[in-house]
Amino acid sequence: MDTNLLVQYGPALLRGFGVTILCWAAGCAIGMALGFVIMLLRQIEVKPLRWLLRAYIEVIRGTPFLIQLFLLYSGGPAIGLRLEATTAGILGLGIYGSAYFAEIFRAGFQAVPKGQVEAAHSLGMPYGGILRRVILPAMLVSTVPALVNMMAILTKETVVLSIITVPELMYEMQTMAAETFASFETILGMALFYWLLVEAVSRLGRRVEARVTRFLSHPSNARA
Amino acid sequence: MKFSVIVDALPHLLGAAVTTIWISLLGVMLGQVIGVLVCVARQSGRRALDVAGGVYVSFFRGVPLLIQLLLIYYMLPLIGIDVPPLVAAIGALSLASGAYVSEIYRGSLNAVPHGQSEAALALGFSAPTIWKRILLPQAFRISVPALVNELILLLKASSLISVVGVAELTRTSQTISASNFRPLEIYLAAGVIYLAINSALALFGALVERRLAQG
Repeated sequence: MDTNLLVQYGPALLRGFGVTILCWAAGCAIGMALGFVIMLLRQIEVKPLRWLLRAYIEVIRGTPFLIQLFLLYSGGPAIGLRLEATTAGILGLGIYGSAYFAEIFRAGFQAVPKGQVEAAHSLGMPYGGILRRVILPAMLVSTVPALVNMMAILTKETVVLSIITVPELMYEMQTMAAETFASFETILGMALFYWLLVEAVSRLGRRVEARVTRFLSHPSNARA
Repeated sequence: MKFSVIVDALPHLLGAAVTTIWISLLGVMLGQVIGVLVCVARQSGRRALDVAGGVYVSFFRGVPLLIQLLLIYYMLPLIGIDVPPLVAAIGALSLASGAYVSEIYRGSLNAVPHGQSEAALALGFSAPTIWKRILLPQAFRISVPALVNELILLLKASSLISVVGVAELTRTSQTISASNFRPLEIYLAAGVIYLAINSALALFGALVERRLAQG
């Protein structure tokens, strides 16, 4: 590969990588926060609310991410929602992730042994305390593998943002490929880079998993 | 919101949805073939085959589909094969799906009790017969829910092939909304169509699963 190319396009690629990381991190954070709130709201026994949240999850999981992005970015202005590409991208990733995170949290919530919650209740703990001291720690341990997996999936989804012109890594690389006519080399480099990136996210996740489950004699207990 | 826009575009969208469906089905079917071959190769006990299969699965599961698609789209002409975008798209979908399917089968094969293939071996069954009569039929049954899920995932992922210009549902929505300046209505309609197809698939999957459970 020509070193001049790296000098010429290096800064743009680095900036693109920064935008990728920003979109990924912000998207994950929004997705998890929203997903957690949805999971909590789903515990409320009000029928219309439950139907609404169920529909939200089914719609997000049943439609392609790209269509959701187009709706947000191109369709938004029609209802007065004018977003910049990067903002739309982050919000889109967050909304897309929230449905999956909500399901992961729900599974984690259900996996907390009922007896523990009842015991805390009978000891006179308020619900907030039970949530914070009994349910959440157990949930954190049992949901980490699924959360890490979802975060790795979202890493891959960030490249889709290039289609709505978010200036992230994929977008910058495609610009470079178009301007230098070295399409194949650039795309091959891009493939290898993302392969490493996703692998790194998964590995990091496994280390986090080992860390939060370290006090269990058998890590598999967490998933029981 | 103007519903007449959706009504006008509906014939085009539905036609494009049919393209989306058959491309996804073809992708999943070819993916099945690749997946079974890779899975068998990885279980064969030959180190080279195992390593090659492992790299294949890791690559196609680790690299975003959009990049795989562009890679195939730009790579084939380079080695002298000039293919229409449609072929590149189906190739990319099949290769990606094959990687996931091989992992689904691997999990399902592990779920078939080990004693059965030992018993078959003790009865003098040859290795291909054990695969054909004992392992694959049971593994297939165990893997049905995961395979239906894979089909739904692939149908959603097929929206990405719009990027290389294949006139499926997403691409057609783009074209229509670029000409009538009504992206909100058109993309909403496209979303509803995707949702309907996926719900139908999920329902079908549940039926097949029930049927097999009786079998």
